[in-house]
Amino acid sequence: MKYRDTIGMAVRAIARNKVRSFLTALGIIIGVASIIAIVQIGEATTRNVTDQISSIGSNLIMVQVGRARRGRGSAPPFTVKDYEALKKEVSQIHVAPSANTRATLVYGNLNHDAQVTGTTNDYLQIRNREVVAGRDFSDEELAAGAPVCILGQTVIDTIFGRDDPLGKVLRINQIACQVIGILDPKGNSMGSDEDDIVLMPLRAVQRRLLGTRDITMIYVSVLAGSDTKQAKNEIEKLLRQRRSPAADGYDDFTVQDMQEIVDTLAGVTNALTALLGIIAAVSLLVGGIGIMNIMLVSVTERTREIGLRLAIGARAADVLTQFLIEAIVVSCMGGFLGIMLGLLGSWAATHAMGMPFVFSPNVALIGFSFSAAIGVIFGYLPARKAAKLNPIEALRHE
Amino acid sequence: MISAPVTPDESALSPMLDLESIYKIYGSGNTQVRALEDVNLRIYPGEFISIIGPSGSGKSTLMNMLGCLDVPTAGAYRFWGTEIGKLDSDQLALIRRNYIGFIFQSFNLLGRTQAIENVELPLIYKGVGRAQRRARALRALDAVGLAARATHTPAELSGGQQQRVAIARALVTEPSLLLADEPTGNLDTATTIEILELLRRLNREENRTIVMVTHEPEVAAFTDRVLEFRDGKLERDGTPEDVLS
Repeated sequence: MKYRDTIGMAVRAIARNKVRSFLTALGIIIGVASIIAIVQIGEATTRNVTDQISSIGSNLIMVQVGRARRGRGSAPPFTVKDYEALKKEVSQIHVAPSANTRATLVYGNLNHDAQVTGTTNDYLQIRNREVVAGRDFSDEELAAGAPVCILGQTVIDTIFGRDDPLGKVLRINQIACQVIGILDPKGNSMGSDEDDIVLMPLRAVQRRLLGTRDITMIYVSVLAGSDTKQAKNEIEKLLRQRRSPAADGYDDFTVQDMQEIVDTLAGVTNALTALLGIIAAVSLLVGGIGIMNIMLVSVTERTREIGLRLAIGARAADVLTQFLIEAIVVSCMGGFLGIMLGLLGSWAATHAMGMPFVFSPNVALIGFSFSAAIGVIFGYLPARKAAKLNPIEALRHE
Repeated sequence: MISAPVTPDESALSPMLDLESIYKIYGSGNTQVRALEDVNLRIYPGEFISIIGPSGSGKSTLMNMLGCLDVPTAGAYRFWGTEIGKLDSDQLALIRRNYIGFIFQSFNLLGRTQAIENVELPLIYKGVGRAQRRARALRALDAVGLAARATHTPAELSGGQQQRVAIARALVTEPSLLLADEPTGNLDTATTIEILELLRRLNREENRTIVMVTHEPEVAAFTDRVLEFRDGKLERDGTPEDVLS
């Protein structure tokens, strides 16, 4: 007999008992749906975190001062010479110095406290920021430490309202400062407002606001295609030469690369997804046992039918195949419905949480093959029971 | 047109079924039951035979054995010369599939399944393609006068019609032997006659070999040869006039 006919026979047997077949498949539907939904939501969360971080720049390295060797507080800040050394001696990187301070901005009768960062145009490139209106700093402004600034959207909204800020003069800690550019709005990232920011030339902040030649931190981005780890090692080596480590071997600075942070966060989400996935897999197992249960009942109920099939010339193997295929078809249909339901559920969930929905065909494929495997494993016992029936007794069964 | 009954000429024809000293014994020791004891029997192509006897006389056991659903404990049963007792269950299934058609007292049609699909069932196991299956099932339904009801399900058919669908299912593989186990047991008198006339017509016009189990003498009277069983033994073998009188 032909496989196409066996499948057709199984499909007709399932169609003869639609409600029961649906209830049989329900366990599989729920199991597959929850696995799909959990893995999809987990993946969306990972993607969301990764997206946020790569918007910061996944090839970003942050060089900060560490704890002081003696007493409390921070170690001494970096100097302009440290920055220049990095720029000169480490290849394949962009470097931006950053002298940070908080300052009060005043325009008209409104004021606002914001983070003021003294830096160079490299900062824009390294942090993936763009000047969407106006311009960035000119070489003369950078060299002279001219009182000019580029504003983030939050600052503009707070003190300029609807006025066009370009060309206006505001006061930053009493220093008159002209607005030359506006940054692209980025929104919140990992809990902080990326738009509550004022950029000025490094020298302007150092001379006019801090009164020192300190550099608070240094941003480094590694050129595409270069090894971040290697760049990180080179930076550490160079800074150790310039700021010799303590006797106990501890550096008084930290070099952190964003990839480390990405890995940590992705590790946490993956572990959580795996855990929930295991719980969902248990429900799939329970669904499989449900299939076995109902198939066993069905074999008993259809004993006469099996007897008839054996009498008209079905071999034991034919009956085995038929019942096995019935189980597989039921669980595959359950798997298909489960995938649909799981995708729908995860789409709704990611939509509600404002995360990107990413369809991963692998997950659907795994869910489908899982349900087919469940059909084979849990369909085998009932199918064997059917095939082992004695035709005479089966025909006499009431 | 009804042709003359086929009278077997033992010297000219080789038997289709040849049973030689058949025993069927269930259990062992004190609880041993001899369902069949020393049965010798030859059945020739074209015969129309009924098996009668009280319950427990061994007629159903013999029926199962003729249908290759069961094998003898001792003795030789040859089907077209093939020794049935030496076959395994798959080979028995192939004999049933190719040479035997079964008709049951309770019809055993698949519920919620069209008559034509019920009739097609044996052809599926024979591996006949879909289009040919349809055509042959329709022809078989036509032979029992039910071509017009091909798409009805058993629930939409009367008892007599259901049994005729079952007969079409038995005929569709063109088997050498039709085995009917109390085919009229669930039917009223008028329908019983209808079914028996159908069987007799299949025997007379299409030369089908039919063996039928019954416990009603009136039903047995429709056949050409009656075998009477008692306590597992073949008591009498002859024309209805001889055996039933």
